[in-house]
Order: sequence, then C-alpha cells, then structure tokens
Amino acid sequence: MKKVFLTVLSLLLVLSMLVGCTKANKEPIILSTTTSTQDSGLLDFLLPIFTEDTGIEVKTVAVGTGKALQMGRDGEADILLVHAKSDELTFVDEGHGTERHDVMYNDYILVGPADDTLGLKAQFPNDIVGGLKAISENGAIFVSRGDDSGTHKKELSIWKVAEIEPKGDWYLSAGAGMGEVLRIASEKQGYTISDRATYLSQKDNLDLEIIIEGDNNLFNQYGIIPVNPDKNDNINHEGAMEFMNWMISEKGQALIKEFGVEEFGQSLFTPNAN
Amino acid sequence: MDYIFQGFIEALKLLISFDPEVFKIIILSLFVSTTATILASLIFIPIGIYLGLKKFRGKRIISRIIYTSMSVPSVIVGLVVAILLSRRGPLGHLDIMYTPKAMIIAQTLLVIPLILGLTYNLAKNRGTIIEKVAFTLGGNSIDSIILIIRELKVDILVNVATSFSRAISEVGAVMIVGGNIKGHTRVITTTISMMNSMGDYPMAIALGIILLIISFGINSFIYSYSQED
Repeated sequence: MKKVFLTVLSLLLVLSMLVGCTKANKEPIILSTTTSTQDSGLLDFLLPIFTEDTGIEVKTVAVGTGKALQMGRDGEADILLVHAKSDELTFVDEGHGTERHDVMYNDYILVGPADDTLGLKAQFPNDIVGGLKAISENGAIFVSRGDDSGTHKKELSIWKVAEIEPKGDWYLSAGAGMGEVLRIASEKQGYTISDRATYLSQKDNLDLEIIIEGDNNLFNQYGIIPVNPDKNDNINHEGAMEFMNWMISEKGQALIKEFGVEEFGQSLFTPNAN
Repeated sequence: MDYIFQGFIEALKLLISFDPEVFKIIILSLFVSTTATILASLIFIPIGIYLGLKKFRGKRIISRIIYTSMSVPSVIVGLVVAILLSRRGPLGHLDIMYTPKAMIIAQTLLVIPLILGLTYNLAKNRGTIIEKVAFTLGGNSIDSIILIIRELKVDILVNVATSFSRAISEVGAVMIVGGNIKGHTRVITTTISMMNSMGDYPMAIALGIILLIISFGINSFIYSYSQED
C-alpha cells in the first residue's frame, strides 16, 4: 500500500515538473506591476492573448508602485507597468529604465456607505477636496491603502491639495492592496479612494457606492518601462520590448478599450498610447 | 547589497530607541497569540486528555481526524473566520471583522487542533498508568484528569509553548481577518509581509529580529525540558 502510494506520488511530481516545462518556446518575462491591474482582472484578460501572439509567457508580480519601481532598480523585473508618473520619469532619468510610454489611464472614485451619512454625494458630487474636508471634519472612517502604492500616493496628494494632514482614529491605514482595502471599508462602512476598475469588478461583494467622481484630481496615468538590461544578465530585454510594443500597438490598445465593456457596460481603462 | 546592511542599522536603531510603532505591533502580537493559546488550552487540554484515555468505538478514526487537522493551513482558518464574521456572513451582526477579537478567534481555532492533538497523544501514551493510580486511590474520571495534568505538567507546558509558537509565527489567518490596519490590527508577521511588498526593509528586519528572538526563546525552553527526560 505504502509502495503504491509512493510510486503515485513520485509520478505526480515528475508529471508536474513536465507540465511546468512545456510551452516554453521563448524565455518568459517578469512584469512588475501594481495591484490595481491585477485585482481589476485586466492582466488576466490581456496576458493570455499576448502569450498566444508571441509565445512569451508573462510572470506577473503585483505589488505597490513603490515596490515595483524598487524591483526595477534592483534588476528583479524585466518590465514595469505602473502609475506614478513623476517617479517613473525620475526612474528613467536615473538610467534604470530604457524608455517610458503612456499606455492608458483610469480614474479614481471616492466610495462610501450606501446611506452616505455625511450626505457627500449631494453636496460634493464632483469635488473630492470638499468631500475629504467633510470626512476629516466629521471624523468619518476613512480607509487608506497605506502601502506606498500609486493609489496611496494619489490619495496623499489629494489630502495635500485639501491642506489636511490625515491623522487620527478615523483614518485607518491598512497597508494592503485595493481589493482588501475595499473590503475593510465595506465592513467598517467607511469611505475610501479606489480606482474605478477594482471597485467595479468587486462591487457585487461590497456594501459601497460611488460617492464622488469626475474631479480632475482623480485621473491616473499608467506608464510602461522596460528595465535597463545592463543591470544583470538575467534581464530579458527582448521579451520586455516585445511586450511593450504589443501593449502600445493598435491591437493591444483596442483590447484595453474592450476590457470591461461586456461585464460592466463601460471600459475600465482608457488607452492613450501615442 | 548596501540596502541590506542599511536595513540592519536602521532596524537596530528602531529597537534601541523603543520606537512606539514597533513596540505597539509587538505587544499586539503577543497579546493576540497569548490569549488565543490560553483560550484553546483551557478548554482543549482537558478534552484531549479525556479523549486520549477513554476507550470507545471509532477511536482510530477520531485519532486520524485530530492528527490530520493539526496541519490545517492558517489561510484556510482565516478564510473560514472571515466568511463567518463578514457583514453579510452569519455572525456579521457581531461587527468584529478587522478587529483584534477576530484575530484572537482565528488563532484560537488555528491552535485548537494542535493543542488537542498533542495532549491527546500524550494522554494516550502516558496517561493510562496515571489514570489507574487515580482510580486505585478512589478518584473519579475528573480527579484522574486533574492528576494527569499535575503529573504531566511539564509536557503539557511544552505543548502549549509549541501551540503559541505556531500562533505567533502564522501570517495567513491574521492577515485575512485583521486586515493589517495600522495601530489597530497590525502584528509582527503582517507588518513584515507588508513592508516587503512596499520595499521598505528596516522595520521588517527589526520585527524579524524580534520574532526570531521570541521563537528561539520558546524553542530553547521546549528543548531544555525535553532534554530532562
């Protein structure tokens, strides 16, 4: 009995190794990106098509923008897809990346409890600064990403515009990805700033409504940057360039526009490569 | 490579200066895991001894179930507790998701199989003789459980320490039900995990050092007693 079990087990192990090895026509690339592209499902939609087109497998590491850029600096990723434009430009200026292209943008929204106790939706439908001021003055719960991600940086920049230092018992710093933060906000019936894509893809599981949208402060540009191949010998620059060119090609851009239309009736990301 | 060295220096600075944020995290970790271990121990050590001693039909199957559940992954425990406690879940009205209470519940559930299994095994192998003594002296089964706890207290303590070390070092369950909220539900393991995803190493290293010290402490305690046998 034991022998049979062991044989089956070792066969399974060997089999799983073989499965792992197949379909490796070209070297895979490591894409370091933000949690929002992963949580919204955009990558799950795009990457299989890219792999089919080019035979290159993409290994995604979804982290905060801060960590994604750090991975680029350390040469641990082949290409970055992130959204913190000024940091990205510095990254390229310092020689960590070879070039940078706009890929698409999405927008942020302030979401909150359906009953919206503060009445923000009525008072500030398109004014995020006014909304945040009201939240802090009333001490309503606000959940922050608190993870140094692009979304977190965006949130902090808006607090800055509002001239408020977010601090106190009402301001919860979660140190987590967007999906998790939305769940915390929903459980605690608080407010949070989310990218539209992640919110829409998870809205069925949340007790949250869109409260504020359409403010100029809430737009968000994504850029793609191949990592400088001089960092180490393991960087797959060719694959990275192929991925970049595919993303900004007509086909890639059309697919980005298509994503989400069927399910949510609207595009979650707007392509704007030039 | 410089950032590793820098990380260590910064970590030591945080520890030596008694950085309030770091110590709040450490204290919450100790509080949650200690409470969970005590709760699980108080209830399940007696049950483990009772089941270990008693002879009944299907004991082999019970043994199997207990032993297999000892290795239940912490994320599964976290997931189950999260489903139960979330607002739309059956216990949602308690409103304790993303609080230390939820973390204690999850870790208690996590260590219950461990403490139960270890005690069960101990009682099965070494308890019967003590039970006979208790009966010979005219005690009932409750007396025998008390006597066994007294006689095997060192071994039981080692089991409790093992369970505690499982609780304090797990990250899956507390991450899911606690949410890693700064100043509220942030513990050592979840902070380390978060700091890594932020690419910010000093605090992660500082907490890593503390966690290592705690687990070394516990394990050297376990080892020193198991040497006596």
